[in-house]
Amino acid sequence: MSDAEIDRGMVRRVAEAAHLSLTDEELERYERQLKVILEAFRELDEVDTQGVEPSYHPVELEGVLRDDEVSHWSWDPLANSAHREDGYFRGPRIQ
Amino acid sequence: MYRAFNHLPESLRAGDEGRLSGVYVSVKDNVCVEGMPSTAGSRVLEGYVPPFDATVVAKCRLEGAAILGKTAQDEFGFGTFNVNTPYGVPLNPHDPERSPGGSSGGAAVVTAAAEFPHLAISESTGGSISCPASFCGVVGVTPTYGRTSRWGLIDYANSLDKIGCMGKTVRDAALLLSVISGPDRYDSTVLHAPVDDYVARADEPVEGLRVGVPREYFGEGVDQGVSEAVWRGIKRLEERGAEISEVSLPFTRYSLSSYYIIAMAEASTNLAKFCGLRYGLHMPLEGTFDEYFSAVRSAGFGDEAKRRIILGTYARMAGYRDAYYLKALRVRTRVIEDFKRVFGDVDVLAAPTMPVVAPRFDEVADMEPIQHYMMDVLTVAPNLAGIPMASVPCGESDGMPVGLHVMADHLGEADVIRATAAVEEG
Repeated sequence: MSDAEIDRGMVRRVAEAAHLSLTDEELERYERQLKVILEAFRELDEVDTQGVEPSYHPVELEGVLRDDEVSHWSWDPLANSAHREDGYFRGPRIQ
Repeated sequence: MYRAFNHLPESLRAGDEGRLSGVYVSVKDNVCVEGMPSTAGSRVLEGYVPPFDATVVAKCRLEGAAILGKTAQDEFGFGTFNVNTPYGVPLNPHDPERSPGGSSGGAAVVTAAAEFPHLAISESTGGSISCPASFCGVVGVTPTYGRTSRWGLIDYANSLDKIGCMGKTVRDAALLLSVISGPDRYDSTVLHAPVDDYVARADEPVEGLRVGVPREYFGEGVDQGVSEAVWRGIKRLEERGAEISEVSLPFTRYSLSSYYIIAMAEASTNLAKFCGLRYGLHMPLEGTFDEYFSAVRSAGFGDEAKRRIILGTYARMAGYRDAYYLKALRVRTRVIEDFKRVFGDVDVLAAPTMPVVAPRFDEVADMEPIQHYMMDVLTVAPNLAGIPMASVPCGESDGMPVGLHVMADHLGEADVIRATAAVEEG
């Protein structure tokens, strides 16, 4: 496993990628806690996984297909949005 | 009631026939109920009122149940003590100064305290049914991954989430399991194996049942009082003719890291959809896309949710993905192989559900995040493997209930019910 290098700059970059703005207090706290947690995760290095397939699911899933028929939702997908206009969602400006 | 509910409706509607006629069913807040606010314990979903019922809820209504309300939980299921929520923290009915466990804390509290016919729909990702059931002294059943539909569940981690049930007795929980199991046209991951009559299975004798006791589940960190109560439960199985033997699951010790990496990676993608546009927390539409979404998410997510989003995003990033996420998925394969090997020799496993009894809230407040995660050391392996499990009360330690955990191979719910019923009968 690569070195669990995480510093404040990295915490900020990851948070930005996830659309989270952190306060300085949060940055400091997460940096400290993430170091401890990532260090603990490194115990996985001890497990020999050479040639072992990853398990994306715990059980074997079978593909299920239904008949290709049109169906309609019986509810209004806009009902829970405060930002709607003429049957559309209204979003923030792009730039 | 011990702050167990996030939402109670003004009136109830119930059917007068069906297997759940006359029964009140409470629903964990992350499972959608038509017309009832469903927030998954998160501020970011405040105000969200689902226009539909989750499949498991619809199945209960068809059997005559009255849907009682939405029960408290850790935000999105992120927690072991139900303290990670901006809403009320539920209290343990056995001692209100102690945690009821998490993340399905409210469900366990109502189940323990209700003096009317009640069953609880709950959900587990890494132990969120077993833990609160153990701490509150009730029965909690987590079925095989895919035994129950996840349609209408506000996802935490898609490859780990299982909707399950709680009741005061094994037969109560088994009844709800019989009702909510089985295929669903809206969820292609549901297993198509036939659904059993699980209540009838509770009456079957355990004579000849092969019970394995994994030595790694009684190691360091498991309180002596807990260990002793669990052994008394195992002796009861032996007195009834079950064959007890010791087994070993060497990869158990790595399941905690594997579980948390996978769960956080999946959570960080699932939570990407909460951005204040379609439902939940809204703000005035100011700034650019990036600014608006960041403002809503920073205000809406709690501390533990932010921590998991950051860790999960990190574990999936280019340069780290192989070392963390893919490594964790490969270790998961090893954990599953461990169980498959052991289930060649025994029918079920018996172990403590939690290493301790319910801690006091002041003790929880002193714990670091990593110490919270370590409390899940006995429940994450079976959850990672997607095998069925149930926690049943087996005695007390320190005046608080202790849970005995029974686990079986995939789709072995019948044996889980049979064994836990025998422990319960004392």
